[in-house]
Amino acid sequence: MSNVEKHAHGKSGFSRRSFLKGSGAAAAATALAGGQGIAGAEEASRVVGPGMSKITLVVNGQSHKVDVEPRMTLLEALRYGAGLTGAKPISGDGSSGGSTVLIDGKPASASALLAMDCEGKKITTSESLAGDKLDPVAGAFVNHDASQCGFCTPGFVVAVKAFLAKNPKATEEEIRAGLNGNLCRCGTYGNIIPAVLDVVKGAGNG
Amino acid sequence: MVEYTWPDRKDSSVLGGSHDKVDGPAKCTGTAKYSYDITPPKTALARALGCPHAHCKIKSIDTAPAEKVAGVVHARALKKPGDEIEWQGELIAVVVGETEGAVAEGLAAIKADYEPLDVFVNEEDLDAAEAAGRARKGPGKVQLENEPGDDEDEDAFEEKEIARLFREAAAVVEGRYGIRAITHMCLEPHGSTCDWQDGKLTAHLSTQNVSGTPGQFGGPLGITADDVTVHCDYIGGGFGSKFAADSWGVLAATLSKDLNRPVKLMLDRDTELKIAGARPSGFADVKVGANSEGVITIWDSHHWSTGGMGGGSLSQDVMPYVIVPPNFRRRTTNVRTNTGPTRAWRAPNHPQGCALSQTAIDDVAAKLGMDSYELFRRNLVNVPEERRKLYEEEMKIAAKLMDWKAKWHPHGKGPKDGSVVSGLGMAIHTWRGGGHPSSCRVKIHPDGGVEAFLGSQDLGTGTRTVIATVLAETFGLPVDAVKVNIGSSKYPPSGPSGGSTTVGGVAESSRHAGLDALAQLNEKVAAKLGAKAQDLVAKDGRISDKNNADKGLSWKEACGLLGMNPLEVTSRGAPGRDSKLSSSGVGGVQMAEVAVDRETGVVRMKKFVAVQDMGLVVNRKTAESQILGAMIMGIAFSLFEERIMDAKSGAFLNAEIADYKLPRLGDVGELVVEIYEPEEERARGVIGLGEPPVIGPGAAISNAVANALGVRVPVLPMTPKQVLDTLKARGA
Repeated sequence: MSNVEKHAHGKSGFSRRSFLKGSGAAAAATALAGGQGIAGAEEASRVVGPGMSKITLVVNGQSHKVDVEPRMTLLEALRYGAGLTGAKPISGDGSSGGSTVLIDGKPASASALLAMDCEGKKITTSESLAGDKLDPVAGAFVNHDASQCGFCTPGFVVAVKAFLAKNPKATEEEIRAGLNGNLCRCGTYGNIIPAVLDVVKGAGNG
Repeated sequence: MVEYTWPDRKDSSVLGGSHDKVDGPAKCTGTAKYSYDITPPKTALARALGCPHAHCKIKSIDTAPAEKVAGVVHARALKKPGDEIEWQGELIAVVVGETEGAVAEGLAAIKADYEPLDVFVNEEDLDAAEAAGRARKGPGKVQLENEPGDDEDEDAFEEKEIARLFREAAAVVEGRYGIRAITHMCLEPHGSTCDWQDGKLTAHLSTQNVSGTPGQFGGPLGITADDVTVHCDYIGGGFGSKFAADSWGVLAATLSKDLNRPVKLMLDRDTELKIAGARPSGFADVKVGANSEGVITIWDSHHWSTGGMGGGSLSQDVMPYVIVPPNFRRRTTNVRTNTGPTRAWRAPNHPQGCALSQTAIDDVAAKLGMDSYELFRRNLVNVPEERRKLYEEEMKIAAKLMDWKAKWHPHGKGPKDGSVVSGLGMAIHTWRGGGHPSSCRVKIHPDGGVEAFLGSQDLGTGTRTVIATVLAETFGLPVDAVKVNIGSSKYPPSGPSGGSTTVGGVAESSRHAGLDALAQLNEKVAAKLGAKAQDLVAKDGRISDKNNADKGLSWKEACGLLGMNPLEVTSRGAPGRDSKLSSSGVGGVQMAEVAVDRETGVVRMKKFVAVQDMGLVVNRKTAESQILGAMIMGIAFSLFEERIMDAKSGAFLNAEIADYKLPRLGDVGELVVEIYEPEEERARGVIGLGEPPVIGPGAAISNAVANALGVRVPVLPMTPKQVLDTLKARGA
């Protein structure tokens, strides 16, 4: 599925050292604002930019070679480099949760991470939940009709996966308190709550 | 002769059942492709630049610096020196590039100079609007039971008669009520990916109007609509704002033609909120009089509102709302503000009308010391006669679900839990929801496969599943046996999805096409079985003789009689007065229970009940979801969301997701939905549902807050600041 050449590229105007550590969100904000480098990168051995560098992203267990600029977000690399569009561009700063993916098992907004920071990490997107046997969380969403337009849904499902990994026996109260990072405009919250509760019950039985 | 009817409830196999959305797995795993997600090879990314000023003249725009940015392919100005801009965010330039970063850098490099002009954005302040010359008298209406004498001056009579009615009223309430402007906030912004090839255009457009938009591209591009394909399998929210190709859609197509490669142009969030749709505000001075029984006898209101610079402000027709006394006067004023244009927002005009008038009516209950339920019940004499019984029944059901009687307390007299007080409120609403014109092509393959093709779209209501359910019922098959193809302008046309017309429209056309196709298939089956075609029934995967169940064929065997080629039938629905399949006109009752913290001003939803009729239910599961979603959207505009404008600069201050407050999962409380579908409603056929349940929440929730506090928080949304300001002002 790797789709290296799909996205046409030009030359970036930015030239600076890569930063292999540090907060993705802060780095992304700085980079998009045209900031010059991030101090504190201990492993400042590899020089990247200006323009594209080829990196390998491991997404849903598959390696994707993608061309990225230093300022490119993980979301842009996933959508245009890897052809994976389950994570959605709803807000740039992560305030909608629409681009939620798992980075080494932990939820994060792909729109607020730099692609380069994610090299070598295990990235999981909503597409990993598809297949002949639907993932139980996605299945509970379908069963409870917890999607309407569906644009927020993939991010929501991934957020629920991460929430339940930490809170496998979550109560309704904990669900109502713990899933406020994702925004839905159509109003599917009323269907999501029983869907999550169903997964908890199913997990309890297993 | 085919008779177009629905089977009885007892004879229905899948109609009215509860079915998962056929596209649920695609939506829930992110494999569904939206316009934003479609990126043909060599696609260039485009962004448009919005004007930072709310009102100005362009002095100069220079896009040359943008074209020097590495990775930028093209930049062009969309306005020229001397052009006037009338609201912030109006598009003035566009940059096309290889990456989002290059485009962002290019946009930042554009040099533009402006001459700022006078700004007015605060329509809430009518005096200021008048002083600024921004207020214009709108239409109104007076209805009085008595008529002036032959030689009496009409205006003088009107004043005298209205004064008399108020004098004779046992209770009079006077107040100012309001509901602020909100935006559509589609999570997928407006936009398209346009692909021009060999003189033909494919537009992957985020649209509620697949069949109606090709011509909007064709004209400006110098081609005819037959050379345009509009495609939209999935749309990330529309709510009434995505009926048109829009200037930026045509721009994307033009850029694709000029640059000879596909171009993706989606609005950024900030611009989306500023220019791609808003719901008009509404503010009203209301005076209402009632007799000692609480029955409203006289209504006098003046409301004002803004639709931006181009009109489209709140209609006069919704004042007063549903409860209309025999004597009333309504006046309107339109205020022109330097804000983005309004667009149809789910149930246009009704949520505002309901929030402005059923709050005033509820204040009569407070004034008379009456139970609000009783006041609304007694005022059913003031609703159209054909729906009195419906509202009464729905009110009974809602009250039971809410446990209204046990929970009710007089306004402001409820028990206190520390600084927290609880309250109940209700509202009633109405909507039309007749089906739109729609055609459906049904294809039955010789191996038994069934496909349907409609130039319709799915806003998230479950259009595909509705069509599949209707055809599955018609052919006696399971829902997942029918493959539904929508979302292309090359399919038989269907109307735009607005006004709750889609389910009625596509149910009509798919039932017509299904029955027409079945009639043809039955001819072949009848010949084979030696039966009469009109005696055949399709049920449980078989076509058999109703007089002799053993005489029949499996669906697959029956389709095998078609020979080499599939049977294809295209039929139009026939909604309207004579249709037995669909109808128009619903009611609906909602009741809210809230908890208000008098110290913090925070309003929490405790419980929210909706009882809703919709004629015949096609798919219970998606119907319930529509109601739940509407209730949550209603909570949003009742307690959270508003467009906040800076009076001095005209800037839209909260045009980002992080700043535009909307409820989250933890904010919605307990939601209870009851679909009201007795035989007499089911017999009316299918009626649209998407809009009605979003109408009542404003009044129901406001009334609940008023019941809790004992004072009216007059303007929606009832944010903590609004609540605290009200308590302070009223000394309560």
